[in-house]
Amino acid sequence: MSALSFLDRERTVAPPGYSRWLVPPAALAIHLSIGQGYSLSVFNLPMSRLLGITAPAPGDWPLTTTVWMFNIAFAVLGLSAFAWGKWLERVGPRKAMFVAALCFAGGFFVAAAGVAVHSLAVGLGLGYISPVSTLIKWFPDRPGMATGMAIMGFGGGAMIGSPLAQNLMDHYQGPTSVGVAPTLATMGAIYFAFMMFGVVLVRVPPPDFHPHGAGAAAKAKLGQTASMTADRALKTPQFWLLWAVLFLNVTAGIGVLSQASPMIQETFQGRVSAMAAAGFVGFISIFNLLGRFFWSSISDFIGRKRTYAIYFALGTLLYCAVPKLGRLGSVTLFVAAFCVIFTMYGGGFATIPAYLRDLFGVEQVGAIHGRLLTAWSAAAVAGPSIVTYVREYQVGHGVPKAEAYTITMYVMASLLVGGLVCNALVVGEAPRTG
Amino acid sequence: MAPEERSERPSTPVGLVLLAWLVVSVPLGWGVLQTLEKAAALFR
Repeated sequence: MSALSFLDRERTVAPPGYSRWLVPPAALAIHLSIGQGYSLSVFNLPMSRLLGITAPAPGDWPLTTTVWMFNIAFAVLGLSAFAWGKWLERVGPRKAMFVAALCFAGGFFVAAAGVAVHSLAVGLGLGYISPVSTLIKWFPDRPGMATGMAIMGFGGGAMIGSPLAQNLMDHYQGPTSVGVAPTLATMGAIYFAFMMFGVVLVRVPPPDFHPHGAGAAAKAKLGQTASMTADRALKTPQFWLLWAVLFLNVTAGIGVLSQASPMIQETFQGRVSAMAAAGFVGFISIFNLLGRFFWSSISDFIGRKRTYAIYFALGTLLYCAVPKLGRLGSVTLFVAAFCVIFTMYGGGFATIPAYLRDLFGVEQVGAIHGRLLTAWSAAAVAGPSIVTYVREYQVGHGVPKAEAYTITMYVMASLLVGGLVCNALVVGEAPRTG
Repeated sequence: MAPEERSERPSTPVGLVLLAWLVVSVPLGWGVLQTLEKAAALFR
């Protein structure tokens, strides 16, 4: 028997007595690692002066090239989740998470070597969907809470990845190097070890698994949702409505996130420094993280459709209120509005797997989730482009910078109205489990 | 034996579950703390 048979699905079926509460840490180990993808921008400036060391020199990459690293990573996330989702359901989470660890950590090593030969490579998607699909199967009674825990880890990954990279670069840099290559290699080793912790820990529930303490009625209800194949799900209007729901929610959030720092500085000119603006970005990322767990857990009680209705309705009101708060000069209220908005941005990511499970069942939820994540890739391009274009158009037409984001906020609000309509059109949600 | 009793029989040591959570909570807590320190600049 080969050593790799340890990765087989049949070897990962939980033995009697295995606590399902060991699965969320396994999922978190993966998501905390791959969430580093959010903080790839920490390498942008150092990679733009690999040759010049203290300042960009001829032959160094311009920033316009290095920022592509982020775009490529998220495009690959969506595409690989799309392409490998069905394979994941067939081989089980351990093999999928192992391959994700090899690809993700391997990407760091390739990138570390690539710094010398000027080439870039990153991969994420498989690691995103495999723990989520497994958690849904372990927590049929609380799928929102369970996936919220994992996807919260993805938000937390950036908070670890950014200071970790910064500390390592500070450690490795010297008169002849900015320290990017050894930093990438070290991070590759750390992340591989951490992801392997998840690989070893993860188990799939036995086929006849029911949560401890679930009564007969609850068991009957949990087992009611018929499963649909990923191919068939793609042919339903429900899938595309949810695609639009995710796309619109993420487009609005990611667009603002990409411009959060200049936005608060320009709205409150002379009152918010660049350092305070960086603090604003950090602050909303904490609310993004908290929202992932909070809203997805709430959705187990009030239902997925109502939860998204809250995201879109409350989000629309808040986006419309932001220009007024800016004119009032209230930094506190402005920040508070965005904190709430970003809990719902994070919540949108975390609640979608449970929504898919309600509509299409658990059997191929990972594959269906993988296909839906193409909405994220599309939003990652659309959101920042819309915000940047609208701002530049306004400034180009003489609108003061402090006012330049007013129309942007109304555009974002209109996107959320579109999301509200799409969500309202979704039919066939399974009964609430809470 | 009923499936839930078989699959959820409390034989995994609580200490192991806590240890697993600790392994992931420490780096997450460190990351959140680093972010909070940065975010504090907004209120200075």
